[in-house]
Amino acid sequence: MSAPTIDAPASARPASAQVLPPIRWHAPIAYAAVALVGLVVFGLLGPSGETSTFGISTSRDFIQFTPFSVPSKLTAIVLCLGALALAGVSFYETRRREKAGVWLPITYGVLMVFAFLVWAVAGKDSALPLTGLLQGSLFLAIPLVFGALAGLLCERSGIINIAIEGQLLGGAFLAAVVATLTGSAYAGLIAAPVAGALVGLLLVLFSIKYVVNQIIVGVVLNVLVIGVTSYLFSTVLKANPDTWNNPPGLPVISIPVLSQIPIIGPVLFRQTALVYIMYVVVIVLQIMVFRSRWGLRLRSVGEHPKAADTVGIKVNRTRLRSTVLGGAVAGLGGAFFTVAAGLAFGKEMTNGKGYIALAAMILGRWSPKGALAAALLFGFANNLQLQLSIIQTPIPSQIMLMTPYIVTIFAVAGLVGRVRPPAAEGIPYTK
Amino acid sequence: MKLELQGITKTFGPLVANDHIDLVVEPGEIHALLGENGAGKSTLMNVLYGLYVPDEGRILVDDAPVTFAGPGDAMAAGIGMVHQHFMLVPVFTVAENVVLGHEPVRGAGLIDLPEARRRVKEISDRFGFHVDPDAYIEDLPVGVQQRVEIIKALSRQAEVLILDEPTAVLTPQETDELIGIMRQLKESGTSIVFITHKLREVRAVADRITVIRRGKVVGTAQPSSTETELASMMVGRSVDLGVDRSVAVPGEVTVQVRNLTVIDQAGVRQIDDVSFDVARGEIVAIAGVQGNGQTELTEVVLGLQAPVAGSVTLDGVELVGRSVRDVLHAGVGFVPEDRSTDGVIADFSIAENLILDLHRYEPFARGVALRPAAVRENAEKRIAEFDVRTGSIDAHASTLSGGNQQKVVLAREMSRPLRLLIASQPTRGLDVGSIEFVHTRIVQERDNGTPVIIVSTELDEVLALADRILVMYRGRIVGDVPGGTDRDVLGLMMAGVPLDDAVRQAAEHRTTLGVADLEAAAPGAPPAPPAPPTAPTSPTAPTMPDQEEL
Repeated sequence: MSAPTIDAPASARPASAQVLPPIRWHAPIAYAAVALVGLVVFGLLGPSGETSTFGISTSRDFIQFTPFSVPSKLTAIVLCLGALALAGVSFYETRRREKAGVWLPITYGVLMVFAFLVWAVAGKDSALPLTGLLQGSLFLAIPLVFGALAGLLCERSGIINIAIEGQLLGGAFLAAVVATLTGSAYAGLIAAPVAGALVGLLLVLFSIKYVVNQIIVGVVLNVLVIGVTSYLFSTVLKANPDTWNNPPGLPVISIPVLSQIPIIGPVLFRQTALVYIMYVVVIVLQIMVFRSRWGLRLRSVGEHPKAADTVGIKVNRTRLRSTVLGGAVAGLGGAFFTVAAGLAFGKEMTNGKGYIALAAMILGRWSPKGALAAALLFGFANNLQLQLSIIQTPIPSQIMLMTPYIVTIFAVAGLVGRVRPPAAEGIPYTK
Repeated sequence: MKLELQGITKTFGPLVANDHIDLVVEPGEIHALLGENGAGKSTLMNVLYGLYVPDEGRILVDDAPVTFAGPGDAMAAGIGMVHQHFMLVPVFTVAENVVLGHEPVRGAGLIDLPEARRRVKEISDRFGFHVDPDAYIEDLPVGVQQRVEIIKALSRQAEVLILDEPTAVLTPQETDELIGIMRQLKESGTSIVFITHKLREVRAVADRITVIRRGKVVGTAQPSSTETELASMMVGRSVDLGVDRSVAVPGEVTVQVRNLTVIDQAGVRQIDDVSFDVARGEIVAIAGVQGNGQTELTEVVLGLQAPVAGSVTLDGVELVGRSVRDVLHAGVGFVPEDRSTDGVIADFSIAENLILDLHRYEPFARGVALRPAAVRENAEKRIAEFDVRTGSIDAHASTLSGGNQQKVVLAREMSRPLRLLIASQPTRGLDVGSIEFVHTRIVQERDNGTPVIIVSTELDEVLALADRILVMYRGRIVGDVPGGTDRDVLGLMMAGVPLDDAVRQAAEHRTTLGVADLEAAAPGAPPAPPAPPTAPTSPTAPTMPDQEEL
């Protein structure tokens, strides 16, 4: 790939201070390889003479944009060449031992995703709704955001929370039941955190009081919640669904003016109360974890519990509180599965979202805003798969179903780089 | 403030760590608590600081009995502590660490950072500490971290300051500065409890000395007592402070390290173009403040880390790039710096620990099976030879004291014919008896003709053992000097000062400990002048960064 080295004898350099670490070419090579594959598959081998159509506005928008079409082959080629150029930039910067900014992977990702979309929807009559794609991404990201925030609240204090899955499921269950019984979706929204907090309480009780391995407790709690909710579902909920399992949905609240902004308006400001709560929780936690007294103590307990103890901070009490709070946050996220859309509770309906949330927390480097971004990425991958299976692309649906998880693995393994979890994570504190 | 401990008793299972200890700290005095490692000093201070609840006895502050449920209570009573292992969160800033637990806040519980910085600046300026409130702890050298700990205690209005082995991590010059700070604190009315096992520092700074041995107060002494008196009080018998050893007879050079460079994942040069030789029958000590590349150096030789450049040869055979098993097989014996985690497997029996690296060879293995009889026989022999005090060879290694664990490690490493012995911090945290034993065995190994590399952050140990001293600073070797080089010169080099400058500066400004050295040497031979450089120092030296503090 690179030019052969002609100046080999010139390596008689002074011995000291010239030794540099070997350059890691992984990233630029991966960028280039993927862009080349895209260029060939989406562009050169792509369907000739077809067009790809994208919709921008939803039917309720104030300003309507007509869907636009682009020639599929040409657009895909241009986009992939753009990505290839970015791979070149990456080569250049790696060679100069500079670190490319975060803009590079993001721009690259956007280009490649569009190239893929252009190819996937080529020649279809129906337009691919871009706004719908984003709106759906945010929607699917909701449980991941809450789950990831729950994870980081616990892990920042030193407790590993594998039980997010169970907390989501418990929240979904209790939200559905309470909302049905009271006839109010908002009552369900209030009940959901209680269920999550209870699971969190069990987790922290076993972790702190009985010093059980936190990962094992978490996994066991997940199984326990699945068992309990499935049992109640089969015996009580199924027998009389109208009394127990027919929750009303949260109404969509459009924020005046803001919701009329093209594209982002309907995405961000035509949502249910749960989404607005999510915005608030992310912002509040971002500030509180890093700027407040509470956050400083929380992080000190997760980084160096003995140091916290020696300045009079009650380590285990702090951990207990933050884990219960984290459980409550995850429980609230569980409401997404039932009352947010007015859906009935179903067995194991969280479907592994709690684990993806854990991945979002890691990818987001244990910070609320990072967790939000990571959750949105996963939500997008998930929604892309849904949208494309609707408009019937050439790819088998099973492969499309895998995309969110493949994205997760690559994201957690490669994109994050070296991350540093809280130092005392998972280590019980005993004097 | 007057502080009094009466009849403090603290037991851990069968072990009596503190046995009816009485101690009075008068206002504005520096009270030294002298005792060996494991004598119960730290336990006592943790009781005083509220980390442990005593089984018996009481604490009086200004003659009023108090009870401390936790460190918070102790701090509220005006007691501050600087722990041996710093209680600082590495990823927090100085200001965040200082205010942690009593944070100034503005509305909604947000931390008032300007106020936090001001608190740091105020104390830092008062004592001339030059600490940046916004620096992250993990980026600071240990000496500065210690000042942060002192600021932390003082910002909580501590009237009694407990310093637990504060000089263990410092160079002689830093120790001197610390002694200055202690005197300054005393002037301003703060009482200091100074916990240590180092006799010289005690004599230099203490107003009163209480000696503890095996959990009991064995007496008090005046700073005017001689080191020998203090030592025999501390150990309970007369001790010879020096290591009894003959002059080294270096043979051929069999270990060659050339242009070794290690760069860690974060891009930091942990070892920077290091070259040196070790000859048969020679002890080379690598001195330096913790974290200047010594750990990486030993791990590269053993094959635990890969260098980006350079070579290590033993008897002409390249070791870099070979597996740890190959390196051990080539005759390298390795005593790791952290014996309890890297030296022994705590939940294995002593007998098993003694064959960790030999289990696949005759006579301990036959085919895929171990031969328990041979393992036991070996254990019985080694235990007798290395004087490991234990009830049974089947006891877990975790039941042994630090000194006996180290003997197990040494017994294992020395049970093979060695071509090179590397010992990292061989006596850290050991009692005097064990130190004597370990030193004697190391010297014996040298006299058998084995090249020996010792890594130690303790200058006392370096001076006691080394035939030649390499001083490491920020991954480079800043000096290659003969054993017995002046302590002050070594201390300056440990702070990055090149040899020539170090010799000059040491002559201009003696530290308290350096003076004590000269006095100790005085009765016999005249004080050795700072040793001149012998071998030309490796091509490193000329420009050393970061000397502005000196």
